[in-house]
Amino acid sequence: MENQFIAFKLGNEEYAVDILAVKEIIRWIHITRVPKAPSFVYGVINLRGNVIPVLNTHLRLQLPDIEIADKSRIIIFQVEELVVGLTVDEVVEVITLNDDMLEKPQMVEGNHRFIKNIGKIKNRLIMILDLPKIFDLKLI
Amino acid sequence: MDVSRYLDLFLEESMEHLQTLNLGLLSLEKDSNRLDLLDEIFRAAHTLKGMSATMGYDPVAQLTHKMESLLEKIKERKILLNQEIVNTLFQCVDALEKMLLMIREGETPELDLKNLLKKLNNLEKSQVIKEVEQERNKQKSPPKFQQEELESGFNEYEINVIHEALSKGFNVWKIMISLSPDCLMKSVRAFMVFRNLESLGEIIKAVPPVQDIEDEKFDREFTLFLVSKEESTEIEQALNISEIAIKSMEKVKVKKSKGSVPHKPIKTKNKTQFASGKKHQVYQTVRVDIGRLDKLMNLVGELVINKTRLEQIYLSNDWRGLHETIEQINHITTDLQMVVQNVRMVSIEQVFNRFPRMVRDLTKELGKEVDLILEGKDTELDRTVIDEIGDPLVHLIRNAIDHGLEPPKEREVSHKSPTGMLKLSAKHEGNQVSICVEDDGRGLDVEAIRCKVLENKIVTKSQLETMDEQAIVNLIFESGFSTAKVVTNVSGRGVGLDVVKNKIVALNGQVSVETKKGQGTRFLIKLPLTLAIIQALLVKVQEEIFAIPLVNIDETTDLEPKKIKNIQGQPTMVLRGKVLPLVYIKKILEVPGDKEAEELNVVVVQKGKQKIGLVVEDLIGQQEIVISSLGKLLSGLPGIVGASILGDGTVALILDIGTLFWEGISCGESIYSF
Repeated sequence: MENQFIAFKLGNEEYAVDILAVKEIIRWIHITRVPKAPSFVYGVINLRGNVIPVLNTHLRLQLPDIEIADKSRIIIFQVEELVVGLTVDEVVEVITLNDDMLEKPQMVEGNHRFIKNIGKIKNRLIMILDLPKIFDLKLI
Repeated sequence: MDVSRYLDLFLEESMEHLQTLNLGLLSLEKDSNRLDLLDEIFRAAHTLKGMSATMGYDPVAQLTHKMESLLEKIKERKILLNQEIVNTLFQCVDALEKMLLMIREGETPELDLKNLLKKLNNLEKSQVIKEVEQERNKQKSPPKFQQEELESGFNEYEINVIHEALSKGFNVWKIMISLSPDCLMKSVRAFMVFRNLESLGEIIKAVPPVQDIEDEKFDREFTLFLVSKEESTEIEQALNISEIAIKSMEKVKVKKSKGSVPHKPIKTKNKTQFASGKKHQVYQTVRVDIGRLDKLMNLVGELVINKTRLEQIYLSNDWRGLHETIEQINHITTDLQMVVQNVRMVSIEQVFNRFPRMVRDLTKELGKEVDLILEGKDTELDRTVIDEIGDPLVHLIRNAIDHGLEPPKEREVSHKSPTGMLKLSAKHEGNQVSICVEDDGRGLDVEAIRCKVLENKIVTKSQLETMDEQAIVNLIFESGFSTAKVVTNVSGRGVGLDVVKNKIVALNGQVSVETKKGQGTRFLIKLPLTLAIIQALLVKVQEEIFAIPLVNIDETTDLEPKKIKNIQGQPTMVLRGKVLPLVYIKKILEVPGDKEAEELNVVVVQKGKQKIGLVVEDLIGQQEIVISSLGKLLSGLPGIVGASILGDGTVALILDIGTLFWEGISCGESIYSF
């Protein structure tokens, strides 16, 4: 079975998310910090009149945080009734992966709890995020 | 006939009628001589019957029908009202409520009504026997039609009339009238039908009931039973009204030997489809005064005019006109907001009306005597608040009756009247509504609270020592607190007052308690009039903007940094001779940035009875803001009630004074020390 994903970059690593969960991709806009929220909560944005929380994907995946650049984007997701944004360094492309191109992550090191699958396309390795887990703020 | 689209209306109205029944029965219980109340109760039962039959809820119709016939007997003074009857009627109301709730849930109302119906029958029969005894000397006792009654939809009185009419050689006509689909004023047409037929004879029954027909509560058809000497041609002539057709006309025959009416029951034609189990979504509805809607329409009209005006200004660069138009739009939006807010307002009466019945049942159960006083029933609140406030109030009232008010004997010992007082009052206070639940019972036991608080580790001992009585008493709202020594059916199921508090805090309100030992307890709830739009003061801390709801603010004042004094490590200032503890927003909300401000501002807020100065850098100004929630992901953060989108499109967080200091307490930086 073929699935489509949106691939994006965090630092030098490539990640992807199921395209069906993506509502839209927006340019960087002002994010209001939310005090007393977990550190990986970037804050909230105004998306056409709706207040939407945005997570700092770097911190969420326990990667080192980096500066906001020209190519930084916010991907807005809708998972069931939850609308959440994730910050990414660069949106790369839409990729299509067959089931046989997906592999379960092997627990080697680092935080694999948020990685659902690893996609292999030519010699690229793309980590596919487990969105419900990422949006479950109780999981750290 | 598909009646499912009337379901919302049906449910809402039925609930109102139940309310009427409850209230009527309560007053009747107090004063059984007030037969005028009976009319009201009877009408409610009757309307309920009609509505439920139309909707196809036969059990509801059946029960109300029985109630109605019992009530009728009482009304005719054939039965003397006694406690048993009132109790049974209350049980009926409960059963009806249960069934309506089932309907709301999309289920078929199936309840075992056998016992109840039997009880009603017995009560009714006991009278019949009495009546027979009374009228033994008279020739005839009225025939009994219990069984047929249910099937035919006629009550005993009507059957009697039919009998009499037939025996005197009158015809009884069953006439089904249908209105043309484009008929606009249905009630007027119906009125004409009634008027014309009444010139020929007497209309003994209408399905749906006459009242409903007058109120246009019918689809396109109604059925009339006419007692008349005239033949069909005359009747047809009388019904020669435009937009009206006679669907069917037949003579009603009654088997004299049995006294039953043989024609098919009328109500079956209304059998509807929701028994199929399809869940119908029930929406919240608000009844709106048409005047308010007209006003809304006018305002929207004006808004549209100003929009075109703006477009013109854009094309012609007429800047002077722009100013004027903006002014206009400003006015219109303010008015619009007011009207929309008003439309959402519902009087608190519908919440309060639940309580007399509840208090009655509770006091009976607990063997206490309570005088319930309701004040300010017509205070209006936002619909959403009304729906949410019921449960907390129920909780408080239960508590008051169960724990607060003493049993009559104990009261007499402490020289109080044996009947306890429970007062529930609501009133407007500026932008807020305050609701007060007050009893003259034994009051809260401050010592017991002290022990409990320590036992359950709600505060530490050193914290407790610095607190005054008022602050201690208010700890009963903290989670994990419940003083009930015995778990009773009524209250104290381990769920404490924290549930009440959480609910009220969620509604953006506050709750506090005052008590005097031996004299009573007073719970005070303060709620915002509306949830959606509030007045707020925007303040700036470094680069961040926060909104503080105006309701929490007492005043603002400026502050020179050198006037800050530290008392035991707590920064304070002196405001008009009083010491005011200061809390830096920058510090408690961990605002990044280190810009040094030359002058600081202090926003004095009220938290319970305590005044606290919030230190901010700039006051931006007062503004009306629309509250949006932070969403499920970020809900429950202390200190933040929600967010609001500002004029420049950025999001500002709205501070929640109630929970802003939670962290302060937990790290030992007690704000109660002053």
